Amino acid sequence: MSDDMSDDMNELHVEGLTKSYGAGEPVLRGLGLTVPAGALAAVLGPSGCGKTTMLRIVAGFLRADTGTVRLGGRLVSGPGVHLPPERRRIGIVPQEGALFPHLSVARNVAFGLTGVDRGERRRRTGELLELVGLAGYGDRMPHELSGGQQQRVALARALAPRPQLVLLDEPFNALDSALRAGVRSDVRAALRATGATALLVTHDQQEALSTADLVAVVRDGEVAQCDTPQNLYRRPADPWVAGFVGEAVLLPGTVDGNGTALTALGPVSLTAPSNGLRTGTILLRPEQLRLTATDTDGAVRGTVTDVRYYGHDAMVTVTVEGHDTPVDIRIAGPVPVGPGERTGVRVMGEAALHP
Amino acid sequence: MLLVPACVAALFALLPLGYLAVRALERGPAYAWDIVSDERTRDLLARSLGLTAVVVTASLLLGVSLAWLTVRTALPGARAWAILATLPLAVPSYVTAFAWLSAAPGLAGFGGAALAMTLVSFPYVLLPVTAALRGLDPAQEEAARSLGHGSLRTFVRVTLPQLRPAAGGGALLVALYTLSDFGAVSLMRYDTFTRAIHTSYRASFDRTPAAALSVVLVVMTIALVAAEARTRGRAGHARTGKGTARPAVPVALGRWRTPALLWCAAVAAVAVVFPLAVLGYWLAVGNSATWDLGGLARTAWATLGVAAAGAGLTTLLALPVGVIAARHRGRGARLLEQAAYAGHALPGITVALALVFFAVRYAYPLYQQIPLLICAYAVLFLPVAVAATRAAVLQAPPVLDDVARSLGRRPWQVLREITVPLAAPGVAAGAALTFVVCMKELPATLLLRPTGMDTLATRLWTETGAGSFAAAAPYAAALILLAAVPSYLLGKHRSRTT
Repeated sequence: MSDDMSDDMNELHVEGLTKSYGAGEPVLRGLGLTVPAGALAAVLGPSGCGKTTMLRIVAGFLRADTGTVRLGGRLVSGPGVHLPPERRRIGIVPQEGALFPHLSVARNVAFGLTGVDRGERRRRTGELLELVGLAGYGDRMPHELSGGQQQRVALARALAPRPQLVLLDEPFNALDSALRAGVRSDVRAALRATGATALLVTHDQQEALSTADLVAVVRDGEVAQCDTPQNLYRRPADPWVAGFVGEAVLLPGTVDGNGTALTALGPVSLTAPSNGLRTGTILLRPEQLRLTATDTDGAVRGTVTDVRYYGHDAMVTVTVEGHDTPVDIRIAGPVPVGPGERTGVRVMGEAALHP
Repeated sequence: MLLVPACVAALFALLPLGYLAVRALERGPAYAWDIVSDERTRDLLARSLGLTAVVVTASLLLGVSLAWLTVRTALPGARAWAILATLPLAVPSYVTAFAWLSAAPGLAGFGGAALAMTLVSFPYVLLPVTAALRGLDPAQEEAARSLGHGSLRTFVRVTLPQLRPAAGGGALLVALYTLSDFGAVSLMRYDTFTRAIHTSYRASFDRTPAAALSVVLVVMTIALVAAEARTRGRAGHARTGKGTARPAVPVALGRWRTPALLWCAAVAAVAVVFPLAVLGYWLAVGNSATWDLGGLARTAWATLGVAAAGAGLTTLLALPVGVIAARHRGRGARLLEQAAYAGHALPGITVALALVFFAVRYAYPLYQQIPLLICAYAVLFLPVAVAATRAAVLQAPPVLDDVARSLGRRPWQVLREITVPLAAPGVAAGAALTFVVCMKELPATLLLRPTGMDTLATRLWTETGAGSFAAAAPYAAALILLAAVPSYLLGKHRSRTT
């Protein structure tokens, strides 16, 4: 692709996708999603939420029952339209890489480079192997590579024909956790360098938040919320999303007149006007709670029931008077309390009220 | 698209079975029942089952003991003993029978038949039990020890129950092999169903007794196959996790070391060394009268020809079934695969008989002609080729198709560049294996070969039956040599792909 093409040539626009298998429950119920050109978006959801079905429809391996898929303004799936996968210019990086076992690394990468002369093919292959940090590995066979290396080759193979969009289907799943972070950031850097639009399907919230520019949380075949990682974590659309993308402390609250709600942890300022809502659920993150001395002003008192120490931080569980469920408090640095001790708890910052 | 040829292949495999029943009932069910309920049939049943019981028991004893000794103990040379113990698998039962009979003609009868069948079939127990022992997590045994069990109680309460599915599956295979074997029992002149069917077919113009006895034999083998499939299903549940993280600590044999070594040596001597030595002896004492080189070459050439044709047709029929079995997991696909496996249950003699009846009635020009023999090979060995094809196609998982499509290939290009190159070596290996088993086939070849044509197997059988052991020996040697070449290539292919 030449550089003068406008940016939205690579925008992915998915609208109203529905799909059921046989007579069963629908897997997708009107899923919609827009990924701006050049962005890396994550589709995050529990297993069985329909994210893989969506990916296969976008790639062209499955036909949706209804709905459309547009890539750079071009309709690739829609009523009466189904562009076969080989003409979509969408690259895929499957789970565990799926390299062609009978082809060398270089020939794997060059597989999609058809219609270009041999010199150009060799140049492009070398360029991509360098991009993924595997220069000089061209003559190896796939089984001679580690899992992480295979995954990088799979990315190079997908990027080689300059696709408009790259789909990554839980590509880091098979890697052990020590390797995962490294491969993940390398993949992100390579995608940035090529400017390709990318869609990462995953069930790992940490991976989605730390890798993507944009995260779409999918629940039961619909997008529950699509936002930047920070907004998703700090302003989740509902308690389910809040709990899915991180630890959440949920407290019943009653609104009083001046933009605050009364809870078992004391008054909490609201992020938005309550819009006539009188009572609801207040959603806090464990790091919004602080341990204090028992006699601190504005703090409520409770008993420590458990301490889990992680090194970089620790989680302290406290039972508070007037609230049945113990609350989790994340603290950095040394842990000043032990199980059975009395402590004060207070809330920092604002929180949202959910019906 | 593949469905039509796949259904043709499946029908092809089922046809003989149906026709056998039709033929048995041709003279009315009462007549057939008379034959089945005859005292002689009951006698045959007792003899067949008696032989099967003895062979299964002896195979379990040999198989389980050798598996445990070679996998879990500090037996010197464990690997070599394990390899040596699997060699009899490649030797046809009638070759082993020839070796023992020619050395000790007095063995003929029950004892000889049981000995020959045990020696060729105990690896069917040894192999699955070895695999199960390797797959056992030593942590389970350690847990049992930590809970206060001694090593013997641990073996009985933890290890043995987990070996049962593997040993049971192996035992059923041995039973199946024994029931359908013709070569060893006929040479040892011990009357079982297969030998009685052959005699009855040769001796009388009334073909109904042979057909009725065949139906009884087929019913027995089908019951065994069903039982085998059931234990296999349970064995799958018994396995947990992906193999073992660390190998078990070998059991020190202590003062049992010498008896254990003697036991392994005795089995190897009886199953491998002795038959080869006898063969060598007969080859050495043979003179120009018994060494008919021209005849040997002609026979070998004819054997290669029919075996190659058989392997070709079988592989061709297996391709669509194997592809569907590997790529689709629906009910229809399962049925199709199972139909193709019918040959697995059918003793060679019954398939041959069915094809003879069919040809005499509907296609007389084909009667005792090579095409009919080739068809029999295809029915009998379709399971071998289907299993190989299925495994080969699984080498090219569908996700590779997806990737290739996303990189701009059309479906037929995917087939050419990905699926075929990945599956071809496995399919070729399956064809080689089919070739070997066709070459060794005896009962169907005896019945269906054109008059005057011999294969190495039939010639060996005839000469041994006539007591001319020196004349039979070159055919046995040629058979072992010719079968060893594809087996060797196959072994190389396996070790490369795993």
